Amino acid sequence: MSKIRCAIIGPGNIGTDLLYKLRRSPVLEPVWMVGIEAGSEGLARARELGLKTTDQGVAGLLPHVQADGVQIAFDATSAYVHKANSDALNALGVMMIDLTPAAIGPYCVPPINLRAHAGRREMNVNMVTCGGQATIPMVYAVSRVQKVRYAEIIATVASKSVGPGTRKNIDEFTRTTAGAVARIGGADEGKAIIVINPAEPPLIMRDTIHCLTTEKPDEAAITASVHAMLAEVQRYVPGYRLKNGPVFDGQRVTVWLEVEGLGDFLPKYAGNLDIMTASATRTAEMFAEEILAGRLKLQAA
Amino acid sequence: MNLKGIAIKLHDMSLRDGMHPKRHQISIEQMKTIAAGMDAAGVPLIEVTHGDGLGGASVNYGFPAATDEQYLRAVVPLMKQAKVSALLIPGIGTVDHLRMAADCGVSTIRVATHCTEADVSEQHISLGRKMGLDTVGFLMMAHMIGPKALLAQARLMESYGANCLYVTDSAGYMLPDDVSARIGLLRQQLKPETELGFHGHHNLSMGIANSLAAVEAGARRVDCACGGMGAGAGNTPMEVFVAVCARMGIETGVDVFKISDVAEDLVTPIMDFPVRIDRNSLTLGYAGVYSSFLLFAQRAEAKYGVPAREILLELGRRRMVGGQEDMIEDTAITMARERGLRPRANAA
Repeated sequence: MSKIRCAIIGPGNIGTDLLYKLRRSPVLEPVWMVGIEAGSEGLARARELGLKTTDQGVAGLLPHVQADGVQIAFDATSAYVHKANSDALNALGVMMIDLTPAAIGPYCVPPINLRAHAGRREMNVNMVTCGGQATIPMVYAVSRVQKVRYAEIIATVASKSVGPGTRKNIDEFTRTTAGAVARIGGADEGKAIIVINPAEPPLIMRDTIHCLTTEKPDEAAITASVHAMLAEVQRYVPGYRLKNGPVFDGQRVTVWLEVEGLGDFLPKYAGNLDIMTASATRTAEMFAEEILAGRLKLQAA
Repeated sequence: MNLKGIAIKLHDMSLRDGMHPKRHQISIEQMKTIAAGMDAAGVPLIEVTHGDGLGGASVNYGFPAATDEQYLRAVVPLMKQAKVSALLIPGIGTVDHLRMAADCGVSTIRVATHCTEADVSEQHISLGRKMGLDTVGFLMMAHMIGPKALLAQARLMESYGANCLYVTDSAGYMLPDDVSARIGLLRQQLKPETELGFHGHHNLSMGIANSLAAVEAGARRVDCACGGMGAGAGNTPMEVFVAVCARMGIETGVDVFKISDVAEDLVTPIMDFPVRIDRNSLTLGYAGVYSSFLLFAQRAEAKYGVPAREILLELGRRRMVGGQEDMIEDTAITMARERGLRPRANAA
């Protein structure tokens, strides 16, 4: 079966982990890795795996897009350059999956709204944040049962898994995640807290989700919905585990999760990074399936 | 120890750290009365925020009786000589909160991170400095790393623009030598114009001794709580430290009798329980656990039947840091399950 050809922009830890996942995909084929430094280890690694590479940024990729049939690109660089990358590739009909916090396209949390985005032929979707990918499915699991007036998530990640970009702009994490917890999770109000823990050996990502419902929570229905959502996320993140809960305390519903990564390129404890690359891969696969089935034809935008 | 003639600035914690034992329920009226009392007693700097800093209002840490903005707008205009500070923990609060607090008229912003994670504070410290605020870097749980590692983190905050660096003994674990080693190295290596401060907890009754060690090693700001009202067994009790300083000839500018009256007449009466060293707060200091975990562990004991002391010890073994309050109920549930205990039906 033919595969949809992809380019990865950003040969760092995230881009490389993404490359490993794309190589396993039945419907995606990574063909280009784009960087900006000639001596980049990530570019060398990609070349060893048979990819074409450029150290000239997206400009170095553009002349080859058509000849190499690139239809989907992943941006694993930074929010500052994302828009320029996206505009240049969209103009050539390449769909963009944004792993930066730029969020110029709609948020995509696969088990909640991926199908809708594919149906709307979006040319740019944003993967929110690691905390968002891990927790928003659970907010939605409660809000699809009954009204949630407030949802709050606490993401605790290992110090070693938090890169300099996130550290320099940690407010972007709290703001973006809180917004998406409300908008995509389906709560009237959202709040997000991130805690960085330096323990050795590094701790596996932990996530706590608190929802406050307006009426008394329907315990049986919410418990069933949480377990169904767990299975849904486990399809693309096998290490997505329920540690405790749901606990019901008045109108509070709390779920405690652990997210262990697959350990492709990133270490297993970095479930926060793995869930981003896994969600991005899952998103690209859905679009690829639509393209391969002839239901979706990407248009230059 | 001869510290005669040294002038230090005392910074009150009872209306911020003291929010923890009050479950963040201090009323605006109580804040105003206590702050006015301390202002009249000569306390130069008073912190007013949710216990977990600006933006701390949450299920995780507790919803306060009023918003940070309401507290600040009520207290700041009342002050005749005292200045007001606010705490900000990146990951919980954002620069938007910082701007709000500055608009309310705080003079000082304290940006707090776990002692190994100073680089998450760059945007907040640099903005505070740019806005002309007295900008403090506050390195929490400072017992968890040695003096050299702490210095590297302090240098980062100094490079972002902090004009004062704090060694923060969030667990009340340090002994005087631990304080001397850390403050001493920071004093030697940081810029001479960078001020140093110490924030203690009284879980091992070392608040006064540690604060004196800090002053001896070069700290010129000391956090105290009027009436000792703070997380765990409280902070260094202000009125006691003021009296000790007066005896030793350390200049604080705070009146011993006036501040002891505020402690006795205004702070102690609003406590929900005596803030003191009991077996649980002692455990915080003994095992090096974040002091604000105390009430959460006690509530988890009531609900799941696992003794708070054992929950706290387990949190310490797992190297939990400040902010991980969500892990307390999780840990209690897991421990209860392992022990075959069932949650108590009527406990909240």
